[in-house]
Amino acid sequence: MNLTIDVTNKEHKSIVALSGEIDAFTAPKLKENLLPLTKEEGQTIEVDLQNVNYMDSTGLGVFISALKSTKEHGSELKLVHMQERVHRLFKITGLTEIMNIDSTVQGGI
Amino acid sequence: MEPFDFIEVKVPAKAEYVGVVRLSTSGIANRMGFSYEDIEDLKVAISEAITNAVKHAYLESDEGEITIGFGVYEDRLEVMVADHGGSFDLSKIKKDIGPYQQNDAIEDLREGGFGLFLIDALMDKVEINSKYGVIVLMTKYLHENEVGQDGDQVSTTQ
Repeated sequence: MNLTIDVTNKEHKSIVALSGEIDAFTAPKLKENLLPLTKEEGQTIEVDLQNVNYMDSTGLGVFISALKSTKEHGSELKLVHMQERVHRLFKITGLTEIMNIDSTVQGGI
Repeated sequence: MEPFDFIEVKVPAKAEYVGVVRLSTSGIANRMGFSYEDIEDLKVAISEAITNAVKHAYLESDEGEITIGFGVYEDRLEVMVADHGGSFDLSKIKKDIGPYQQNDAIEDLREGGFGLFLIDALMDKVEINSKYGVIVLMTKYLHENEVGQDGDQVSTTQ
């Protein structure tokens, strides 16, 4: 019931590998780590969700604020390797329309 | 009256206990024979209700308790989530829920606005009472005939 956040910085690209659960308890920590990365112009932030096995609206909220921040600062946010269950929440809420989500969903049908 | 088992869990109104109740929910739903998909839906819906109650308690600066009641019936699970804080403006909250619409500006997106919408989308029936504190009552039915149909799908997604 925790979330591990692993950030790898490359030139113009940050890879944020997440592992665990994103909920009301872990979302503030994620926001704290993710938002500063979006404030650099020209930076691409790739969030790897392969090992995230639970997420709810608190996670959606973090990605929405990160997306807003990228628009403001001229950076880019990408969500990759999302599990089917997590992807479903983006679909239900209509956020697949505005988020850059890698289409190869893990465990999809 | 219809026979049912009742399980009550009380946790402090703090974010770190949302996951604890999620695990209890998963255990009860699994015991009842819900499918993997339905259990995941229940986990999200109940976490959303508790998250709302935690935020509510925080706004009221009230380090209170949240009571979660599970009604285990033959054909359904009823979950009640109650906080005992002051009342809140339900009509305002209802106005703020809904999915993203294509013509909404990204700047106007509500970062915390999807909780109640998800509860509504993932459960079969949802009732909210905000007279004394806030009580969310959610129901999910056991669709037994669907379990067989979903069987293959479950094994291939593991």
